Amino acid sequence: MQKTGNVPTRRGGGKLRRELPFHLMLLPAVVLVFIYMYIPLGGLIIAFQKFIPAKGLFGDQKWVGWDNFIYLYHLPGAISALQNTIIIAFWKIILHLIIPITVSILLNEIRSSAFRRTAQTLIYLPHFLSWIIMGGILIDILSPSGGIVNKLLGLFGVEPIFFLGSNDYFRFTLIFTDVWKEFGFNTIVYLAAITNIDPNQYEAATIDGANRFQRMLYVTLPNMRMIIVLMMVLSLGNVLNAGFDQVFNLYSKQVYATGDILDTFIYRIGLIDAQFGVATAMGMFKSVVSTLFISISYYCAYRFADYRIF
Amino acid sequence: MVESKHWSSRLFVILNYIIIGFLALSCLIPLIHIFAISLSDSAAATGGLVVLWPVNFTLESYAYVARRAAFWHSMLVSVMRVLVGVGLNMVFCIVCAYPLSKDKDQFRFRTVYAWYFFLTMLVSGGLIPLYMVIRQTGLMGTFWALVIPGAVPVYNIILLLNFFRQTPRELEEAAIIDGAGQWRIMWQIFVPTSTAALATVALLSTVYHWNEWFNGILYMKTPDQYPLQSYLRTIVIDMKLTNMGANDWQALALVSDKTVKCAQIFLASLPILLAYPFLQRYFVKGMVLGSVKG
Repeated sequence: MQKTGNVPTRRGGGKLRRELPFHLMLLPAVVLVFIYMYIPLGGLIIAFQKFIPAKGLFGDQKWVGWDNFIYLYHLPGAISALQNTIIIAFWKIILHLIIPITVSILLNEIRSSAFRRTAQTLIYLPHFLSWIIMGGILIDILSPSGGIVNKLLGLFGVEPIFFLGSNDYFRFTLIFTDVWKEFGFNTIVYLAAITNIDPNQYEAATIDGANRFQRMLYVTLPNMRMIIVLMMVLSLGNVLNAGFDQVFNLYSKQVYATGDILDTFIYRIGLIDAQFGVATAMGMFKSVVSTLFISISYYCAYRFADYRIF
Repeated sequence: MVESKHWSSRLFVILNYIIIGFLALSCLIPLIHIFAISLSDSAAATGGLVVLWPVNFTLESYAYVARRAAFWHSMLVSVMRVLVGVGLNMVFCIVCAYPLSKDKDQFRFRTVYAWYFFLTMLVSGGLIPLYMVIRQTGLMGTFWALVIPGAVPVYNIILLLNFFRQTPRELEEAAIIDGAGQWRIMWQIFVPTSTAALATVALLSTVYHWNEWFNGILYMKTPDQYPLQSYLRTIVIDMKLTNMGANDWQALALVSDKTVKCAQIFLASLPILLAYPFLQRYFVKGMVLGSVKG
């Protein structure tokens, strides 16, 4: 941490005094971030302890080395939670790229601006509703007994599907509904890139005899190259984020086999079963892997797409 | 642009309108469906007769919710949380973004501080250690647990500092010559010229605080301290199909329960729907500012 430093030296004294307000402005935030972000980081030592909450963080706890990690490794639910996390996160990453890119190109081809704007307004909307609201809505419309989706499928002779309670459908439902909630909002960055394309390029292509598809393929798409690469790289950081808010509000015991993810697992063994050490060990595993991926993704974005955060 | 008259092009245009129209409707219909159920009588709702239009229109469900003290109480907690939480977020956002937006020759430690904050976006202690810190700093079971730990919004700070940097340096230099200190320059020059960016981060943090539900469940001791979304969870989610087969669930589905749930879902999303015109305008700006900034 940087000290505000009140010992003026002969050379830097004036500078220090001039910069003092900046230090003071940052001081409260530095303290809060230290307490609520950096101390929990130090709190990861819980992962190596047989932690008794009453004795407190950094209290006189019993050290157990890697025991919690070894215990986790042999815990069947833990490994399946890891697998579920990776599978769900993988499909979400892929579809969160493909669908918004496709939709933004299609939106760009809509000539009626009233229609386009209305459509944009509607597809951004689900992003702003919490997973509690969405969960409530989905539980209702996906219900096997009288849910509107199953009724619709019934018109085509499909038997009612237990979307949220069947291991055959749960992952698919998670991925599908998450993409449905976010695809619209995710088109924003791509649409911004498309708006920046020089209209002359389209005219030149038209004069050269390019039809609509060829213009989409050879003008729109190549111009989106940078933003697509950037979003691909940045999404790497989500390899272990299967979406806690969503899963926690939609899953139930009968779909743990396919739907339990690291975050929900951590919550249950930590705060329901009170196995703090084991839960922190899993949290630490997730943190380390995520940090690695996020750092790599930022680094690549910086190197290859000249992406700077500040 | 000359439109191709070829049949495949026309077919594409028609298909494209259908696809986009379908996608747009898919985002709207579930909400209308919920709204329609909330305005229907319980027999029609439970019997599955309601699709997009209320059947046997009644405001009974809303009247029932209106009498429910717990609903209003949690609404009050949420409103308080938004007011205090967003207020704190904004103050921290401004006082951090301002010094961090300075060039290195104006503020030598800028990079050190910037990394100090940025690192928290890369690493995290996770659920349990933070839970313990909140316990040991005495926030557990208090309203403050909902607003203090997240008071410094690092992502918003980065958005705002990038915006502050576009303010011409001459403005600041002129103010310094006039004898203005840094605090005054911040409040009287940077803040008034950044209203669009400030609106964006204020809305980001409003939506966050309104929608956040997990901290309420984690850190509040009793349900009467819950903000609206956490309270709503106890009603619409915990009552769900957990541990039950489809048949049990159907038997348990109380007659009036469904319409009341839908009414509360709708009421909880109402503030978002009302603020939506602003949200759309400023969020789009924020997204573009945050992601495409080269």
